[in-house]
Amino acid sequence: MGIVTTDNLVYEYVRHDENGDRVGVKRAIDGVSIDVEKGQFIAVLGHNGSGKSTFAKQLNALLAPTEGTVIVCGMDTRDDEQIWEIRKSAGMVFQNPDNQIIATIVEDDVAFGPENLGVETGEMKRRVEESLKAVGMYEHRKDSPNHLSGGQKQRVAVAGILAMKPECIILDEPTAMLDPNGRKEVLRTIRRLNREEGITVIHITHYMSEVTEADVIFVMNHGKVAMQGTPKQIFSQVEKLQELGLDAPQATILAHKLRQGGIPLPEGILSVEGFTEAYRALPEAYRVRNPYESIPEHVEESVTELNNEAPLLELRDVTYTYSPNTAYEKKALDSVSLQIRQGEFVCLIGHTGSGKSTLIQLLNGLEKPTSGLVLYRGQNINEKGYDRRALRSKVGLVFQYPEHQLFESTVLRDVCFGPKNQGLSEEEQKERAKGALKLVGVGEELWNDSPLALSGGQKRRVAIAGVLAMHPEVLILDEPTAGLDPQGRDEILTEIARIRREAGITVVLVSHSMEDVAGYANWVHVMDGGNLLYAGKPAVVFSHMEELRKVGLDVPQVTAIMRGIFGPKKRPAMDFITIDDAVKALSIEQ
Amino acid sequence: MLRDITIGQYYPTPSLIHRLDPRVKIIGTLVYIVSLFLFDSFYGFGITILFLTGVIILSRVPFRYILRGLKPILFLLFLTMVFNFFLIPGHVIVHFWIFRITEEGLYRGLFVGFRLILLILGSSMMTFTTTPVRLTDGLEQLMKPLSLIKVPVHDVAMMMSIALRFIPILLEETDKIMKAQQARGADFESGNVFKRVKAMVPIFIPLLISAFRRAFDLAMAMEARCYQGGKGRTKFHPLKYRLRDWLAYGYLAVYLAAIILLRKWI
Repeated sequence: MGIVTTDNLVYEYVRHDENGDRVGVKRAIDGVSIDVEKGQFIAVLGHNGSGKSTFAKQLNALLAPTEGTVIVCGMDTRDDEQIWEIRKSAGMVFQNPDNQIIATIVEDDVAFGPENLGVETGEMKRRVEESLKAVGMYEHRKDSPNHLSGGQKQRVAVAGILAMKPECIILDEPTAMLDPNGRKEVLRTIRRLNREEGITVIHITHYMSEVTEADVIFVMNHGKVAMQGTPKQIFSQVEKLQELGLDAPQATILAHKLRQGGIPLPEGILSVEGFTEAYRALPEAYRVRNPYESIPEHVEESVTELNNEAPLLELRDVTYTYSPNTAYEKKALDSVSLQIRQGEFVCLIGHTGSGKSTLIQLLNGLEKPTSGLVLYRGQNINEKGYDRRALRSKVGLVFQYPEHQLFESTVLRDVCFGPKNQGLSEEEQKERAKGALKLVGVGEELWNDSPLALSGGQKRRVAIAGVLAMHPEVLILDEPTAGLDPQGRDEILTEIARIRREAGITVVLVSHSMEDVAGYANWVHVMDGGNLLYAGKPAVVFSHMEELRKVGLDVPQVTAIMRGIFGPKKRPAMDFITIDDAVKALSIEQ
Repeated sequence: MLRDITIGQYYPTPSLIHRLDPRVKIIGTLVYIVSLFLFDSFYGFGITILFLTGVIILSRVPFRYILRGLKPILFLLFLTMVFNFFLIPGHVIVHFWIFRITEEGLYRGLFVGFRLILLILGSSMMTFTTTPVRLTDGLEQLMKPLSLIKVPVHDVAMMMSIALRFIPILLEETDKIMKAQQARGADFESGNVFKRVKAMVPIFIPLLISAFRRAFDLAMAMEARCYQGGKGRTKFHPLKYRLRDWLAYGYLAVYLAAIILLRKWI
């Protein structure tokens, strides 16, 4: 028998009314049986609400089964006597990096578990040191968690579990709130722990790219195990995955599409390297001539190509300094000039701390530049007497996790907040709110519900509607897809693209996903260390693959694949950035 | 904005004072505060400043950083001094219109002002050199006798350290929510008091919801790490008096004796 086994596990959330009577039952887990061997790397995949987080809590005895059994290291989670022994043996790392760190100093936090277990002080010191070294955070042992990045905080959380000497670590979406670099950091850490320290890992996620090296993958849907197998077995069923609200890595989808077009690529390609090798091994007849040769040397890329109107928004030589004249002085932006034209879908990329967030707050006058000008329709918005409150309804800004700002008792009233601040009549407020809610696809049946009762994706739509209801000309969104599963992400992005078309709104999107940028943007600004690194069409910007990687950014997977196969000697003027691009370039009957 | 408050923020640097047992620093601070009220002459300040200077030098916290902590109380300080200048009857030295400054008033005002400054400087030395965790550790240990009469000492200490951990996070969150509502056209700056308080609702409610969500998450994370209250818990930094702590107590005793002697003689 394995280290963690569940047998026909069922769990129901029961809702009670004020009198304690049962009013509703929701079956979150429905007959799950799994068996995890010691030392394995297990991945549990599923869209939001598929029951995977509830499942994780079962393994840590935070929830007890309604039916069936969960056995962890030979102990039944229903046995109250052994509950602490179970939690010690199967440690758990949660999603939100901030909400699981208890102490104000890194090493004190790592010691929290051992303290609770009554470990003797000398032994505790050894464990804290070992654990921090194992996750590569030993140099930060005296730091305050508030000064760490998201990825570092999650590594501290992992160290906190390691210090309890667990047999097995359960990670419940540990990377959902991190940027790509943080995600890589955390993944590298848990993979290393699994391989080198032999710790069993159960990794719960909805990022498919994180599980390609797992031993076994379980895909959950509606509380059941819908698929189960090795990564190769799972990823060879692209259509089924998409049906379950998940997506496959671009390499897998590309191979799948080409196979449909008659190119005999093997099943189960998971990575750039895998694809490149498989393609090179194809018989001559199925391979195309280097498509980079047909790309012109120079791509015409003047701004007039889009339209030659004056820019809607413009930054002219803008510098922004945090806490000037103090020890904490930091330049967030360093003489940045850029233009945003009407009707564009602009994407802003750059890693955390590159100045993106400051930039978007300058655009609607929430922050003022230390020097330089911010212009809206040619007018300096920081001039004396300029109505910045009115500007904010023209340049709508949707912050990250906007659902955290909902506060009214009903969805409709919350969306009315913006129009109300504009001083519109009650009739008009409602009119606009309803229009905005329809635009983002929130059905009429939800308008009188509390916004807090909605699902994550719906809440986010309501929050976006709250800005749209002010009828902005520009909609700025800071990572609108953060924390959503693949399906939710695609839906939101498709809706934003549709809103741009239908309502004629200019969109500025901050994103960490190069694949999304390639798929939606027609203009990209790349920020690095407070400077504007590149500005241009996505296909041109992503042709700077080496330079982007140097500053910790990346290109879409397809671009890396095309480069990997054909390896052009010098940088092409344009690159292949979407799956469709690549399919077209690699098809033989062109 | 809200994040820039520095009063009482821990200043990380290796020093003897930082390494002292928090109990020494808590008791030391209490003794110091009491001592400030034990004398009525400016000579007393001489001894206090001598004592405090020793502590500041040993702590290696830059003096400018310490002075910054006085900023928030400048107004209070000014008010206290001015009231004393004008309101204490006695020998008049300056007289214009209805205001008169008396010699006694001047003396009193400067005296009270000095005392207030030394009070803040001295007690902030404790927070500059002691992490909140160590401070609560110290308090917990010092209060331990109270648990005999069923005071939940450990729980209170745990609550305090968690509050300390989350205050900066919630401040940052307040900033973010304010900006987000401003982006929706909210106005926090104009209107009468009533209107302004009402304008806080869109900040306050999301903040409350978020605090509850965090509390719920944190409770679960603590349970997952086997937290079961104070019973059977060991300490990562058990409090143990070392030689330096006894020396510090000695230093404190010398200071207290000096103040008491001064009170006797002058």
